[in-house]
Amino acid sequence: MSAEDIKRLGRKFRKEIIDTSDRLGMDTALVTKESLVEVLTYLRDDEKLQYNMLRHLTCVDYLHREPRFEVVYALYSVSRRQQVVIKAPVTEDDPVIDSIHHLYGCANWAEREVWDMYGIRFKGHPDLRRILLYEEFEGHPLRKDYEKQASQPRVELLRAERDAFEEFKTYHLGEPAEGSRV
Amino acid sequence: MTLLIEFAIALLKVLVIVFGFVMALGSLMTLTERKYSAFMQKRWGPIRAEVLGFRFGGLLHLVADGVKMILKEDFIPSGANRNIHTIAPAMGLFTAMVIFAIIPFADAWCTGLALPVEGMDLCFGFDDAEALQSAQPAAVATFAPTHPYFQIADLNAGLLYMFAITGIGVYGTALGGWASNSKYSLLGGLRASAQMISYEVSMGLSLAGLLMVYGTLDVNEMVREQGALLWGTVPMWGILVQPFAFFLFLTASIAESKRAPFDMPEAESELVAGYFTEYSAMKFGIFSLSEFVMVVFIGAICATLFFGGWQVPWLYADGFHFSGDSMLAAASGGAWTAGELQSYVQASTPDIALPYGLVVFLRIGCFLTKIILMIALQLQIRWTLPRFRYDQIMFLGWKILLPASLINLFITALAILLLR
Amino acid sequence: MVDTNHDMDTAGIHTAPMLLNMGPSHPAMHGTVRMVLTLDGETVIKCDAEIGYLHRGFEKECEHSTWTQVFPYTDRLNYVSPLLNNFGFALAVEKLLEIEATPRCNYIRTIMGEVARLSDHLTCMGAGSLELGGFSGFLYAIEARELVWDLIEEVTGARLTVSYGRIGGLKNDLTADFAERWKVVRERVLRIWEDINRLLTKNRIFLDRMEGTGVISQADAISYGLTGPMLRSTGVDYDIRKDKPYFAYGELDFDVPVGTRGDNYDRYLVRLEEIRQSIRIIDQALLKLPDGPVNCDDPRVVLPEKERVYNSIEGMINHFKLVFEGIQVPAGEIYSYTEGGNGELGYYIVSNGTGKPWKVSIRSPSFYNMCPISKFVEGGMVADIIPTFDTINMIGGEIDR
Repeated sequence: MSAEDIKRLGRKFRKEIIDTSDRLGMDTALVTKESLVEVLTYLRDDEKLQYNMLRHLTCVDYLHREPRFEVVYALYSVSRRQQVVIKAPVTEDDPVIDSIHHLYGCANWAEREVWDMYGIRFKGHPDLRRILLYEEFEGHPLRKDYEKQASQPRVELLRAERDAFEEFKTYHLGEPAEGSRV
Repeated sequence: MTLLIEFAIALLKVLVIVFGFVMALGSLMTLTERKYSAFMQKRWGPIRAEVLGFRFGGLLHLVADGVKMILKEDFIPSGANRNIHTIAPAMGLFTAMVIFAIIPFADAWCTGLALPVEGMDLCFGFDDAEALQSAQPAAVATFAPTHPYFQIADLNAGLLYMFAITGIGVYGTALGGWASNSKYSLLGGLRASAQMISYEVSMGLSLAGLLMVYGTLDVNEMVREQGALLWGTVPMWGILVQPFAFFLFLTASIAESKRAPFDMPEAESELVAGYFTEYSAMKFGIFSLSEFVMVVFIGAICATLFFGGWQVPWLYADGFHFSGDSMLAAASGGAWTAGELQSYVQASTPDIALPYGLVVFLRIGCFLTKIILMIALQLQIRWTLPRFRYDQIMFLGWKILLPASLINLFITALAILLLR
Repeated sequence: MVDTNHDMDTAGIHTAPMLLNMGPSHPAMHGTVRMVLTLDGETVIKCDAEIGYLHRGFEKECEHSTWTQVFPYTDRLNYVSPLLNNFGFALAVEKLLEIEATPRCNYIRTIMGEVARLSDHLTCMGAGSLELGGFSGFLYAIEARELVWDLIEEVTGARLTVSYGRIGGLKNDLTADFAERWKVVRERVLRIWEDINRLLTKNRIFLDRMEGTGVISQADAISYGLTGPMLRSTGVDYDIRKDKPYFAYGELDFDVPVGTRGDNYDRYLVRLEEIRQSIRIIDQALLKLPDGPVNCDDPRVVLPEKERVYNSIEGMINHFKLVFEGIQVPAGEIYSYTEGGNGELGYYIVSNGTGKPWKVSIRSPSFYNMCPISKFVEGGMVADIIPTFDTINMIGGEIDR
């Protein structure tokens, strides 16, 4: 049945769909990144389609291929029990794509993870910052040109660590600590 | 001279009761709680501390814990108010220990002849029954002096003293929470003070009914009145006369001592350790100890007020009297003549006669047993129930316990009016 | 972000919201999560959850290991039910390879998967009781979990990080006395289940804490991608074992408990009932267990027997190529999903035809379950975070990978 959904999608968005596929039972459609929000809104809101759950949002890095990245959206219709996968290619020179946080609540964190791991910016995302790694991290680790054993520069001492150093000075070196009221 | 002797006796009482009993039991409770919960949960609990190969089933953990606490590093968080941070646990322990002043472990020692009169032991100025034979015919029975050797302070406003000290107990936790310069401690301290203040009200009111029934604030007097026999056979213990008040009081006092299910202020899972997060070593030990001493106190006060305290059922100063018939009746007109007394004494004989010393010994033993059973009840409650949320605790204290205590008071007053 | 200059004047008293950090090392944040709360007294105004304290870089590591070497990584995802993760990955690669596991392997995967699900739900309920202060309920659940882990250890050799699944089959067959051992374990687990039920389910205090807290609506739940017991507690009847049966679930008879209100109590009840249903599944599967080989018969996928490896050239070369170069999975991609302990565990794998995966993306249920955390927590009290967090059953290994 999801094959028919892909066909319906193809009929409506003739220009925007680059490719469809049905390999191994997984119905996929490759759409341009500019039309992504339109396509996903249609998939979610149309009564006959009702793809109301974003199952997974991830990105694949095909190094040495143009376009380099491909952002994958796996959608699921809970009432009709059908799955469809939408993919949008993103080039390395312009790694920006529209955010869908207004369509699905979980896209907020999933997009943050793709930004964190692959460096793809999501236009319109309210709070795009790293989710699994710390903010001072440099680089985007899941890209194929990021080495597995790469090292990171040292981060400046945060305030909390400075407090621990002060305690050391008080108790072991005997100097008075700031801020203690006797 | 007598002042010096009295002072020495008071000091001895303090040493024996507070250090010999309260502190010992409080420290033992640190181990008992772990063992009790372990047996409830199908595990062994602490069993490993040993000296020269002897383990005593884990009893040496008491010593081990004490030594550990003393030797640990004691730190004060930066930015904390040093003096108050140090004093707060001491205040907690001070109030918990001082409150034991009013608990009677046995009746005041009678230097003359103690005989049961309508359920209470009165102390007559005769050494024994034979002395009655040679008494003057018109002699009025005199009352011999009694010495409160088993109660540190025989105040005639004993219960009032208890409420006052529990009121001061709030300071220890509130200041401990505030003085730690940590948000978790602050939250815990605030919760603790609000909770303790709320439940003090219900604690007091639930005992008001008991006051009306027994007519006195003197704790020892209350216990003596619990020896009276209802309908000639059943001892008039607090729980028979005021059953509802017992549950209210127990709930309110468990909330007062911040034990589960009311241990929101020190809720482990939310506030790490609440108001004593930033305490280590002996100060933490003192907080825990004061909590356990409060548990012992609640056990003691419930046993005293509701379960007859040192009263063994049907045991009086001269032995067991299983029904009210074998006891002296009160003198009509207020004073006995020698002849009346003689005939009364001959008429009232104990069913099982016992020497006075043995009676006192049995009474102390019975009281200790009751305390231990009440402690076991509190431990059982603590390890079974999950804890309340904070607003539910407040709801329970103000909207359920307080009206319930008032209703209890009302019904008691009505009952007294109708039955007397 | 809320502006921290937000002052509230109540009755003329100047107040300001308090910033509380329920940090990564906190007794209630099992799995290390940091929640920065803005509190007004006891009410939470704003919650910002910070994850990633247990990020170990699985997906990057998977790209540098062979297909079989990925299994230890999958163990460490949802580490209270590692078998389910293993089997999910094995299923995904088998789909790309277009091979079918043997019937016996499917049944054993069902059985061991449900055993792992038992362990997951028992841990969740036990931790729920512990966090709320009922320490005894926790230890009862842990006792039951110990029995289950003993069973897992007998079959797989390890209690927690089992690496039991293999592509095309399993590491080894079940032990010969598995059915008898299961009977013993089953009796005791059911008795402990009764104990926990009587201790907690109708307990007034437990009800007060769990009912009405951590509520989420059905529409929100679907929009945020919640699955598993969380979605079922809101009333949506979505269980992959029933919708798209895999392994042997299609031939077994079991019910899927569905809640109504979407609060913590319903999630607790759903998990409680799922334990019983898991036991039911295992009982039926053991009766229907077919004989036969456990690994499928394909030399491109399954390691040959040791006698052949040591005694024949073909066996040795087969073994060598499989271990050193990995299973050559044809190029393509697939999104395969199974029902993990917390919800839908999905693997989106991309292969480029070699023995190492090009990409393994793990759709972890805990990650998506945690997305609406601010919706759960904001507006409620600090003390409500605890039962909510327990019933979400956020497993750190899964959310951070």
